[in-house]
Amino acid sequence: MKPARFTYHAPRELDEALELLRDLGDDAKVLAGGQSLMPMLNFRLAHVEHLVDINRIGERWATTTFGDATITIPALVRQRQLERSADVARLLPVLTEALHQVAHPQIRNRGTICGSLAHADPAAELPSVLTALDAKFTVASARGVRTVSAADFFLFHLTTALEPDELLLEVSVDRPGANQFSAFREFATRRGDFALAGVAVVCEVDDGVVTACRIAAAGVAPTPQRLTDAELLVIGQPLGPDLGAAAEATARAQVDPTGDIHASAEYRARLTGVLVKRALADITEKAHA
Amino acid sequence: MLEQTTRRVRGTVNGEPFDETVDPRLTLADFLREKLRLTGTHLGCEHGVCGACTVIVDGAATRACLMLAVQADGAVVETVEGLATDGELAPLQQAFKRNHALQCGFCTPGFLMSVTAALREDTVRDEAQAREVLSGNICRCTGYSGLVQSVLDVAKGRSDA
Amino acid sequence: MPEAMIGARLPRREDQRLLTGQGRYLDDLDLPDALAAAFLRSPHAHARITAFDASEALALPGVVAVFSGADLMEIQKPLAPKVQHPQLRDYPRLPMPPEELHYVGEALAVVVAESRYIAEDALELIDVDYEVLPAVGSTAAALRPGGPLVHTGGESNVAVLLTQSAGNAAEALSAAPHTLSEEFFVMRGGGHSMEPRAVAARFEPATGQLTIWDTTQSPHYARQQLSMIYEMAEDDLRVIAPPDVGGGFGPKAQFYGEEVVIPWVAKRLRRAVKWVEDRQENFVSAMMERSQTHQVEVGFDEDGRLLAVKDVIEHDQGAYCAGLQVPSITTSTVPGPYKVPNIDIELRACYTNMVPTSSVRGAGRPQAVFVMERMMDRIAAHLGLDPAEVRRRNLIQADEFPYQVGIMFRDGSPLTYDSGNFPALLEGALERIGYASAREEQARLREEGRYIGIGLAVYVEGCGLGPYEGAKIRVTNRGRLLVTLAAAGQGQGYETIYAQIAADGLGLDMAYIDVTTGDTARIPFGQGTFASRITATCGPAVFDAAKQMRARLLDTAAVLLGCDVSEVDFDGGHVCLGGDREKSVSLQQLAQVANIGKHGITLPRGITAGLETASYFSPERAAYASGAHAALVEVDPETGGITILKYVIGHDCGTVINPLLVDGQVLGGFAHGLGNAMYEEAVYDDEATPQATSYLDYALVSSAEVPPVELFHIHSPSPLNPLGAKGAGEGGTVPPPAAIANAVEDALRPLGARVTRAPVTPARVVDALLAAASVAASVAEKKKVS
Repeated sequence: MKPARFTYHAPRELDEALELLRDLGDDAKVLAGGQSLMPMLNFRLAHVEHLVDINRIGERWATTTFGDATITIPALVRQRQLERSADVARLLPVLTEALHQVAHPQIRNRGTICGSLAHADPAAELPSVLTALDAKFTVASARGVRTVSAADFFLFHLTTALEPDELLLEVSVDRPGANQFSAFREFATRRGDFALAGVAVVCEVDDGVVTACRIAAAGVAPTPQRLTDAELLVIGQPLGPDLGAAAEATARAQVDPTGDIHASAEYRARLTGVLVKRALADITEKAHA
Repeated sequence: MLEQTTRRVRGTVNGEPFDETVDPRLTLADFLREKLRLTGTHLGCEHGVCGACTVIVDGAATRACLMLAVQADGAVVETVEGLATDGELAPLQQAFKRNHALQCGFCTPGFLMSVTAALREDTVRDEAQAREVLSGNICRCTGYSGLVQSVLDVAKGRSDA
Repeated sequence: MPEAMIGARLPRREDQRLLTGQGRYLDDLDLPDALAAAFLRSPHAHARITAFDASEALALPGVVAVFSGADLMEIQKPLAPKVQHPQLRDYPRLPMPPEELHYVGEALAVVVAESRYIAEDALELIDVDYEVLPAVGSTAAALRPGGPLVHTGGESNVAVLLTQSAGNAAEALSAAPHTLSEEFFVMRGGGHSMEPRAVAARFEPATGQLTIWDTTQSPHYARQQLSMIYEMAEDDLRVIAPPDVGGGFGPKAQFYGEEVVIPWVAKRLRRAVKWVEDRQENFVSAMMERSQTHQVEVGFDEDGRLLAVKDVIEHDQGAYCAGLQVPSITTSTVPGPYKVPNIDIELRACYTNMVPTSSVRGAGRPQAVFVMERMMDRIAAHLGLDPAEVRRRNLIQADEFPYQVGIMFRDGSPLTYDSGNFPALLEGALERIGYASAREEQARLREEGRYIGIGLAVYVEGCGLGPYEGAKIRVTNRGRLLVTLAAAGQGQGYETIYAQIAADGLGLDMAYIDVTTGDTARIPFGQGTFASRITATCGPAVFDAAKQMRARLLDTAAVLLGCDVSEVDFDGGHVCLGGDREKSVSLQQLAQVANIGKHGITLPRGITAGLETASYFSPERAAYASGAHAALVEVDPETGGITILKYVIGHDCGTVINPLLVDGQVLGGFAHGLGNAMYEEAVYDDEATPQATSYLDYALVSSAEVPPVELFHIHSPSPLNPLGAKGAGEGGTVPPPAAIANAVEDALRPLGARVTRAPVTPARVVDALLAAASVAASVAEKKKVS
């Protein structure tokens, strides 16, 4: 389990990294936290001719900014940084709750937010969370910068809209107002495992009534899946057990997961419904607090 | 078209400077074991799950199998060999011994480094937190009870101090 | 006399080096100029090699050699099954088969290179053409008439059909007032020592000796096998299990092709060669265990007393028979701690195209206990009795030992339990789990729609098996007592335990005693660490050798001090006359006189040369450890999640040498058992391709999954050895699948879910609930129609 040979590049500037990606194209792979890529290299499941290690492109890419309108998480922000951030816990509890469940602290110490998103494992927590938060994905290349929505970013299992010369430079979300409540629920066989299913729910709540809602599920489709039927059902309704039960049934009906050695498709669909119900119960509790 | 260039890495391990030339694909774990002959860092799975290779890099507990040696250029690395002072076991090591928190000992260095980093970051107040701190490492021998007790002992000793 | 060390709760001597990164595991050995090896392994479950081309690999800089199986025909000799049977249909397990491969992961070539990195590069450059053959991925497929054969040209996939019986089960079943039957399945799982396997070897052309470092649990067994295969004298083979081995758990007690290939290659190349198995290899090539299907039928009376048990067992040997120890242990463990007047157990051991199976901690017992304990609960449910009460009525009582079960044990003797107190274990577990109040709580919570359940499992564990184990004790030139064991440890704390035992045998402070293990050059005969046998076999040997040594030392000292032996005793590192330090000789002086001597000078009269003693202990038959587990769980019927609220273990391994270490064995074994109960699944698909080959898919328990355990001991010394010791290494692993499954089914009883398979996973809990609901619905439908 030793990686195959590669040529290693450690650019000192963003532009240098982008130029390398432009020149190397398909032959290059970006190394950020490495917590998904390195196992694949060790297993020799991935063969990379050029590894572009972006860890030295500068501190500014490791600092989250909390703007008046937008919260921006650049490429080198480690998962553990945000997990321990009081601002994130206050503003984006769905993210804090999810980060607690991403593998283990040793992995989160190096793993980056953007790296997990670019890896695009649909069973991972962060793609569904950032989908529920309606994040904007800022993608950079030597050709310029473009912004992609979550729906357009995640294309398939381990596949994103990133072109070979592109880097996920930042992900940003709107700074939530006081009426936004969110929750993350997952169920995994063991602590730190990939979830059998997970859901991220973000709601706007006025006087106990849901005015806006985004629900994204992990582990049930080739990409994070927006549970739009459940969202539509929830919007305009008062929070409470009845709503949770209705959303559970709707969510279960909308997903069409595949079974594997850990759980059947039917189990995953049911579980998704249960998790939606429980996440809505969390939100109800938070909204009433 | 692979360039098989080696790269220089400099940094410190347990306070001692190192200055070596490595193949870029060499993992930090193999670098520590083979180049520096610090064989206390063990490889149990090489895919980041078992935690046996955990070392502390710039203050953070890190899987040495999931980091390249070249990435440790400029880093301050701590390994199990640096925990005891002049042969005297650190309180955590003493607690492991007292509580029979190790049997075959293969996973032990990883646990020691994970817990050392965790206790520097946060205090551990109860058993649930102790189990959380330990949950990123796998031990096949002990069933964890001695490990849990060791974390609690050391955390308690610290808060009493 | 110093205070007794047997029974003392001492921390371990091993810990200092292991805690400071100074352990000496095999991969830590710095063998100058050593090459690294990597094996090419079959990607197919069943295939024939039609072409092999390593030319590209050989051209890679840094690659020293590539050998296919065909290049090493001189060592392609069968690795014999450890436990045989005259009717066994055996297919040769070759170290590196040159023609046909029988499981994914089977080694077919070895690369030797300057580094493991380069060796792995070379593996990718070897070109092999395979003719893929149909493969067998389960015992059901293996036994299906007309299905594919695991071994081309074989007669059938059956390895052996065996029966064990007592009384007349068929008759008793047909006459029984009640019978119940069920099919149970226990899943494959692995040993998963944190250190995988490893072998290194160096050949000394000057002496013709091969030195082999091997992570084996049985260095003498490995040496004996190698001596036959290489046709070398055993004296020319030195097998050393390093002082630190990162866990064994059974798979390292087996003998593998890699252990044959690596030393041979080192000899061929005249270079030291080291192979360290990585986890990817370990997942597909280290032996596994557990998978069995049981068709069980029990007959019982109105009071729930067992009248007969019939069990038909399908056992998965994997691609080859590494031995019949596991299924034979299963067949003899089914009756367990219960009085069963009529027993009929039929074993159908068969081949599949999966990694061969052999002992993994627990070794055939968890399956048997799962079956019997599940049926005890079913009997209780059927009769409306309390499951604890049904067990009480069937347990062998404390005054019934030695108890003859009526069938045979794997060691060839009539299955006889030597000692124990099963009712005390059960009652102790019930009391500590708070059984009566838990039942009340269960009823109350059910009203709220919450489901808690209590699971019990009582078991026996045959341990301390023969044929023998031995020890030598010598006074070293520096005046220390060196205890040499053939047994090799993997974390059990031999350096501590055997110093404790020797201290008591010698009547000498432990500080003067050292222990060394696992090196065939230091002691000629040995068996190895397996089957929870070392304390009960090596322990008595050490104790006896120590007593002999005490006599030798005191005799020698008495001669030198010119007094009677009754007048001398140890004081620290001296033997003193009448407790007077002024009139004493040191251990070093004794060694000087009796061991070192003076060249050409006659020994003082009365001194016997050579302060060395040896003892080999051969138990008459297996000892029986026992225990009772009780689990209190809550099941979330929506997710299938199982939360262990409380877990109690009652354990009886006779005399305890070091309580701290025995607790560690039991709790560690429990964690492994919990993995088998709830998490670990070495899944293969129908084509026999392994599906769980990383720790992302194969779940080992962490501290977050293992609950705190309340552990208590009772002590029923074994009459079979002078220490009264029994084994402690596996007992913790044996009953958790049964206890957890019983607790889950007990929790969900109002919903009718049936648990018939281990591990019990969340998805399967929900599947069982859905199946129960659909049964209930169809029953309701039928009622409506009628």
